[in-house]
Amino acid sequence: MATETAHAPQTNFNVSNEKMGMWAFLGSELLFFGAFITVYLVYVPRTADGPGPEVFDIPFTSVSTFILLMSSLAMVLALAGMQDGDLRRFRTWTLATALMGLVFLGGQLYEFTLFVQQDGLGLTTSAFSTSFYVLTSFHKVHVAVGVLMLGTLWFMSFTGRIRADGQGTNAVENVGLYWHFVDIIWIIIFTVVYLIPVDLVT
Amino acid sequence: MSAVDDQQRRTGLFQRPSSTAGIKGWLTTTDHKRIGIMYFVAAMIFFMAAGIEALLLRLQLATPEAQVLDSDVYSQMFTMHGVTMIFFAVMPLSAAFFNYLLPLLIGARDVAFPRLNALSLWVFVSGGIFLYSAVFFGGYPDTSWVNYAPIQEVGADPAGYTLEGGVQSNRMLFYSLSIQIAGIASLASAVNFITTTLNMRAPGMTFMRMPVFAWMTLVVSFLMLFAMPIIGVALWQLMFDAGYGGNFFRPGAGGEPILWQHLFWLFGHPEVYILILPAFGIVSEILPTFSRKPLFGYAAVVFSGVAIGFLGFGVWAHHMFTSGLGPVANAAFGLTTMFIAVPTGIKIFNWLGTIWFGSLRYRVPMLFSIGLVAMFTIGGLSGVTHAIVPHNAQQHETYYVVAHFHYVLFGGSVFGLFAGTYYWFPKVFGRMYNERLGQAHFWIQLIGFNLAFGPQHILGLEGMPRRYYTYPPGMGWDLWNLVSTIGGFLIALAVLLFVINLVWSARKGPEAPSDPWDARTVEWLTSSPPPQHNWDVVPTISARDELWHRKYTDEEIPRPVPAGASSDHEQGEADSEHIHLPDPSWWPLVLAIGLPVASWGVVMDSWPVIGGGIALMLFAGVAWGNEPVTEPEPDDVAEPVEP
Repeated sequence: MATETAHAPQTNFNVSNEKMGMWAFLGSELLFFGAFITVYLVYVPRTADGPGPEVFDIPFTSVSTFILLMSSLAMVLALAGMQDGDLRRFRTWTLATALMGLVFLGGQLYEFTLFVQQDGLGLTTSAFSTSFYVLTSFHKVHVAVGVLMLGTLWFMSFTGRIRADGQGTNAVENVGLYWHFVDIIWIIIFTVVYLIPVDLVT
Repeated sequence: MSAVDDQQRRTGLFQRPSSTAGIKGWLTTTDHKRIGIMYFVAAMIFFMAAGIEALLLRLQLATPEAQVLDSDVYSQMFTMHGVTMIFFAVMPLSAAFFNYLLPLLIGARDVAFPRLNALSLWVFVSGGIFLYSAVFFGGYPDTSWVNYAPIQEVGADPAGYTLEGGVQSNRMLFYSLSIQIAGIASLASAVNFITTTLNMRAPGMTFMRMPVFAWMTLVVSFLMLFAMPIIGVALWQLMFDAGYGGNFFRPGAGGEPILWQHLFWLFGHPEVYILILPAFGIVSEILPTFSRKPLFGYAAVVFSGVAIGFLGFGVWAHHMFTSGLGPVANAAFGLTTMFIAVPTGIKIFNWLGTIWFGSLRYRVPMLFSIGLVAMFTIGGLSGVTHAIVPHNAQQHETYYVVAHFHYVLFGGSVFGLFAGTYYWFPKVFGRMYNERLGQAHFWIQLIGFNLAFGPQHILGLEGMPRRYYTYPPGMGWDLWNLVSTIGGFLIALAVLLFVINLVWSARKGPEAPSDPWDARTVEWLTSSPPPQHNWDVVPTISARDELWHRKYTDEEIPRPVPAGASSDHEQGEADSEHIHLPDPSWWPLVLAIGLPVASWGVVMDSWPVIGGGIALMLFAGVAWGNEPVTEPEPDDVAEPVEP
């Protein structure tokens, strides 16, 4: 059972199956987000006389973006702790990553309530609003799933599935890949969904 | 199984089943061969359901102004026929072959993620059950498998405006969610097969030594990996439009109906290659075996398959020539569509080159393979006529199109899949099918197929539109419609013979040797049926047609090779105690049940039901992650291949 690190699985490409599978999955996810973002870009001007991109609060979203980006750093530190065999560091930074993800989610939900209540931008208002909400919610679901996975990792470090001897490093690496991917997608979304349309409107 | 493992199995947070016997063994199995067989059985059930729907359509169209089905039911039936055939019959039939054969073809013991594999199966089955449960919620989807906006909003019939109580919305939700569920199964399969092919090849199995079917599995997996997300997005958007008042395809609030067509066909055209390439892979295995020649131009066949995969993403708008894209886009997509005929043509010529001067044996798999080459060529040629834009405008939405895609999908994919079924039947069940019944199946199907779809070319050119539930007499369409219906029933008879043959032969057929066809690839090296661990010793590959090489290169006189023979013995007898196979698990099944539950919640607009489904999935996911892991032992995994 504990042979995972002693004898890393020998595969044709010397990459573990799990990591190869994760890369393939992320390639597919790229198309998901690509299609959603494309649809959004087509629909930016289609506000049906409702509110448009001018409702976005760039400073606020910048802060939550910064927090999400820093969570990637925390994820790197968690993996480094794991690789050094330091479970304490691993647990601390894993929790920090998850917490920053939660803060980001909270900020996003707060932002949504403002859009709906102050600006009257509902899901059904216009093609613009539908595509905006569905795209960003789809991303939020990804962050939430990531938070669940991080929580599971943290939990596994107490049940012996993740151990200081390196057992479970593969799982941590894969969750890290996923988490960084979700972050990178957010950078793209923040740029093309928030920054560029606001710039065009104002 | 060692005592340590038993200990861990019992003390784990979630126990793991270990029995492989009985119905429980099938429900919890992670064995790729059992999963493949279940894929096949489930897909054949859906295939027959869709076939019955087609017969109803043909009955309605056999005579002018017939009263077999009314307009609403007719629309539901042709939509269900299309959706079922594509997502729940032909794709899973291909997946059955991938599952069963891919590990055997590349010399692996199982796929990379056995539990994910089981999940694909159960998600596909639950998606199909969910789709057919639509009858309890106001009827089946009724706006064809392409389901264009804005007709998806109002229904197929102008009378659909009177469909009250959200009936049309329910139908669209069933369309959206069932294909979404099937798409999840396809995505999971794609990740699994890509990883398996890239990572788990036997020692010496370089890419250019892989059997063509393994290559096509890889190409199709990449197509699914990149095409399924696009339809996923479109379906997700449709769900918001139909269920939650979204505006993606609703012109009233700025939505763009044509967007649906773009997203749908950006997926839809790669999808047709997802449907046909597995059949191409199958005949590329069968034709050399029954011609007793190597595949002519192996590299050309492989790379033309890869080229089809790439070009398949660049031709989608040829489905939309009449939607007003403008002359530049039409010309560009007309050209790319003609380009994609080139790699397909290369394959056809290579198959002909394989047969040419071969020592042919006309057994049933060979007959079906030759049938594919001939029938697909007819469909391919009518396809090239679609690439010519003015010609396309003339044929659009006529029976000419119906004739075309049945020649490529039935004459291509289904002929190929049936060929593969006969070819590998002795391997899977250790028994031979009935040759005479198989030959009868082939000839009845060939004649019935041409009677059913050949006349539709004429009907289309005479202007008979698709998707209309009836037509008036005196249009000159009566005779060919009647002929087409007769052909349809002949196909049904042929498929009935097929099923009888399979069911009877699997129990009572004469026992098959491990290599009944004098074949070329390594799956014939192991016993028929293969043991659960596939091989006592993983074969070391030294040539493209490894088994052929082992049988014929050393000696003048051909000699059969017993299972597990040749160089394996030099490495010592296998210690079968040492081979560690993935254990069975309940959680793929449980997780798959959560999906339709959540989807029914969406249809019923009930958040508790949605939440229940999601909770079930989360619970199964946690259990999945926490049940005792059985790591593969290091010597169990393929050694890296020298490049």
